[in-house]
Amino acid sequence: MEAFIYDSVRTPRGKGKKDGSLHEITSVWLSSFILNKLLERADIDPKTIDDLIWGNVTQVGEQGGCLARSAVLYSNLDDNIPGLAINRFCASGLEAVNLAANQIRGNAGTGYIAGGVEMLGRVPMGSDGAAMLVDPTIAMNHSIIPQGVSADLIATKYGFSRLDCDQYAVESQRRAEIAWKEKRFDKSVIPVVDDIGATLLEMDEHLRPDTDLAALEGLDPSFKQMGEVMPGFDKVALLKYPELEKINHVHHAGNSSGIVDGAAALLIGSREFGEINDLTPRARIVTTAKSGSDPTIMLTGPIPASEKALKQASLNISDIDLFEVNEAFSSVPLRFIQHYDLDPEMVNVNGGAIAMGHPLGATGAIILGTLLDELERTNKTLGLATLCVAGGMGVTTIIENL
Amino acid sequence: MADFYFDIDQSGVATITWDCPDKFMNLMSWEGFNELDTFMNQAISDPTVKGIVLASGKDTFTGGMDLKVLGSMKQNSSTDLDVFNGIMTIHRILRNIELAGGDPKTGKAGKPVAIALNGTSVGIGYEIAISTHRIICADNPKASIGLPEILVGIFPGGGGTTRLARRLGILAAAPFILKGKTPKPKDALDAGLVDEVVSPELLISRAKEWVLNATSDDIIKPWDKKGFKIPGGSPYDRQGFLSFAGASALIAGETQCLYPAAQAAISTIYEGMMLPFDQAIRNEAKWFAKILVNPSSSAMINTLFVNKKLLEKGHRRPKDTPKLNLHGLGVIGAGMMGSGIAQVAAQSGLSVFLVDKDEMALEKGKGKIQSILERDVARGRMSTEKAQSIIERISFSTDLSALRDCKFVIEAVFEDPDIKAEIFRQVSDIVSEDCLIASNTSTLPISDLSKSVSKPERFVGIHFFSPVQRMALVEIIKNRQTNDETVSQAFDLVRKLRKTPIVVNDSRFFYANRCIIPYVNEGVSMVGEGYHPALIENAAKQIGMPLGPLQLIDETSLELAVHIATASREALGDDYMENDADRVVFKLAGIGRLGRKSNAGFYEYDSKGKRLGLWEGIGNLFPPSSDQPSVTTVKDRLLLIQVVEAIKTLQEDVLVDVREGDVGAIFGWGFAPWSGGPFSWVDTQGIDQTITLCSSLENQFGKRFEPPALLQEMKLDKRTFY
Repeated sequence: MEAFIYDSVRTPRGKGKKDGSLHEITSVWLSSFILNKLLERADIDPKTIDDLIWGNVTQVGEQGGCLARSAVLYSNLDDNIPGLAINRFCASGLEAVNLAANQIRGNAGTGYIAGGVEMLGRVPMGSDGAAMLVDPTIAMNHSIIPQGVSADLIATKYGFSRLDCDQYAVESQRRAEIAWKEKRFDKSVIPVVDDIGATLLEMDEHLRPDTDLAALEGLDPSFKQMGEVMPGFDKVALLKYPELEKINHVHHAGNSSGIVDGAAALLIGSREFGEINDLTPRARIVTTAKSGSDPTIMLTGPIPASEKALKQASLNISDIDLFEVNEAFSSVPLRFIQHYDLDPEMVNVNGGAIAMGHPLGATGAIILGTLLDELERTNKTLGLATLCVAGGMGVTTIIENL
Repeated sequence: MADFYFDIDQSGVATITWDCPDKFMNLMSWEGFNELDTFMNQAISDPTVKGIVLASGKDTFTGGMDLKVLGSMKQNSSTDLDVFNGIMTIHRILRNIELAGGDPKTGKAGKPVAIALNGTSVGIGYEIAISTHRIICADNPKASIGLPEILVGIFPGGGGTTRLARRLGILAAAPFILKGKTPKPKDALDAGLVDEVVSPELLISRAKEWVLNATSDDIIKPWDKKGFKIPGGSPYDRQGFLSFAGASALIAGETQCLYPAAQAAISTIYEGMMLPFDQAIRNEAKWFAKILVNPSSSAMINTLFVNKKLLEKGHRRPKDTPKLNLHGLGVIGAGMMGSGIAQVAAQSGLSVFLVDKDEMALEKGKGKIQSILERDVARGRMSTEKAQSIIERISFSTDLSALRDCKFVIEAVFEDPDIKAEIFRQVSDIVSEDCLIASNTSTLPISDLSKSVSKPERFVGIHFFSPVQRMALVEIIKNRQTNDETVSQAFDLVRKLRKTPIVVNDSRFFYANRCIIPYVNEGVSMVGEGYHPALIENAAKQIGMPLGPLQLIDETSLELAVHIATASREALGDDYMENDADRVVFKLAGIGRLGRKSNAGFYEYDSKGKRLGLWEGIGNLFPPSSDQPSVTTVKDRLLLIQVVEAIKTLQEDVLVDVREGDVGAIFGWGFAPWSGGPFSWVDTQGIDQTITLCSSLENQFGKRFEPPALLQEMKLDKRTFY
């Protein structure tokens, strides 16, 4: 059985702060808003949906207690659809799609809605705790360090300077601006309109298109203090990477992903599901893969996950026409490009999370939708979306534009 | 024999006094625990007793647990579970003190218990104290209070970890649990370790007054009250989350994850904070049992505590020789070593005659001593008067005849055999026949130097380490002619200076330098082989060396290394092994990179001498190979090169006792303290595994790693070093 993408929608990303445009609505409201829009647009019989698989990272408070089920109940989805909340950190949204696709491929249902939400301004990152950061047995035996220090470690080990990272960030902003100007996101982005008809947000509001190198030059590195001084994560990193003398702290707010609120959903189904609902598939899910790798450098997971995916599909990296590599930090896509010796013009062509923000649980679904739109717009065939994941994981999905 | 006695005064206060008979200091034993428990129960059940005071009959409260208790606990236990049960017995006794007949479930208070700490109270002593309801300390500046267990490879396992973490919170408790700090009473009060500090004469009366006036609120421990919140937060609230994430990183960075006890202590705190008190204590006992049976902890206890004490008590001092009775010490040479020796001697109460022919050098030496003393005064470690009296005990002179009346002279001049020989000839003429003459040489064979003294039997090597003020170890080097009395007197002097002596036989570089020089050479050689300098330095840290070989040679200077290599080459002739290390050292020294002294070496320094980072130019002189070794290979080379050399010194009878070998290695050159020393390391690894590792390194890197014959013999005889 094959799995197909029938549609893809997302909200614009609001600043993940108290003055962010989406701050006044709840996570479950934003979830059900995007779910309702998907239902309306696809015009499907809700009873043909087997499950909602909803990615979300910080599952406490309003995002806790199986947010997927809350979203089913809150939205126009049928109460007979159960709802599954999943967490693979930053790749949760993509993992939701992969789970849905693989259930269809394994004959466990024919129609799924998959995606995710994160409202970083309302439920702060890390507020759900994490044993791997504070349980000394894990933290010490595995040299666990915060992500930002890991990103700096990648930059140091693979030779990306502060300037390289800043240039990457400026380019992300430039590409995102062009994409918005040319309405390349129009197929997916649905303005958020609240219950009384007021428009809350029409476009990604984290963008800073006027960013240039000079503006970034003045920013202080974000992870230097915790790395070099208190509590000194650099020394922990060097336990695993003793070939380095020290860590170059190159990342800062301007070349790291933005903290935002947002949601995205995709309609995934079998061929039969499309026929019943009179829908044409937009893309085929070629293969999906996930990987675990060293938790200290942490954010290099896209490479082993993509290796696995390519191998499964008997593809070469050169067969791929377009890439989305989540811009958690500049060094992550830079390392991916370096490893595969890719043309940077094929990677994140419409900008990424540095410019537009990274609503953790939703991002995987967002970049897959962006990839699909761009394959269609440029009439290309194979696309690969991948994300680095906290704790040393990676997730990759390869799709084929039909 | 009773360690405790019990009495009740007219006001109804029961005093349980700890006074181990025939001992200078109270130490806790199983018998002691049982007596304490019996008296506690007696006091709790006696209706006439209103409150309980724990006190000491000695000058101090206690030096802690008799380590035999831990030893017997391990010996008599076949499993971790047996050890755990033994520890739980101690916990029940301490919890009984804490509850004193009360019941946390009903909120019923027991009887008030105060502890009167008249002096030092460490280890189990503080764990008993923190189990009572009030810790009252005499204002005794000699007293140390706290939990030093971590320093000998274990952690506070008598409830100290759990109770102190709950009392102060993770951040405030960490320096005491994880660094073993034992502050003076007033500092202990500021840190929250104790509740009150009173003048010594009021100690007991104040303790009695407190128990007679205690309210039930005073008696119930915070953690036994409803709604108790741990100060500083627990791991999964906002404040605690950051502290715990930071704490693990801090410990990992500082200890390179080499010390299982540190990791166990922080895990005990982390897990315990999420548990009710009694379960937290059980959890502490589980971790403690695991640590107690850990070979690294056993080795550390043996070397850092048991054997160090044994050696200090004179295990290797020749028997039946008179004790040294010394008033004045002569020191020749006012350089760094000479002035350091003069200072520690004056601090120990000796009158010192410091002689240097060069007026400038003498002034410089004096200035150095003064600045160190001033710094100690500024940091509150010493009073101005004391510093003054120390400097006044040193007489400075440019004339060797100032040493005329000395019975003990230590030479510490430049490391040149001819200069030293000339000094010895002159001194021999000046001092009386019975004067002991010692050399602080670190590299020259004592037997060569002894040719220049008139009485070789009164000549000995006393090798202090730099900086003298801080380094605990002193090597006493015997020459064949050195008589027992001379060795004993050297030993007594070292003890008078509060240092730890080891006694070794003469050989080139003796024991410590003989092992540390190959370590440095191995590291330097790797540079020549194209290893990344950072990898070498980090690997050294990962085996627990205080300084990487490249940093160490920068500190001691490449000039010295060139000097030693040249001298060795001359002395050994064709036997000298040409090596990669010399090639690297001569090259760097040749372009003026002599180490810290020239502000340039393997590292770069700023104009003030602050070390900046590895010099990038090394990569041009010795290009890094594209095929870098694994860090394990680098670690093995750096560790085994020292271990092999240490075993050879034993094989060659330079070293006589493996306990000296282990104590000397850790306190002399900082050899991987977690291992308990090179000989303990071999025992922990196993002789067979050590031989296998040596052979593998020999195949890859050369004959210097060949397993020593002694190891092969031991393998056949199935012997171990201990």
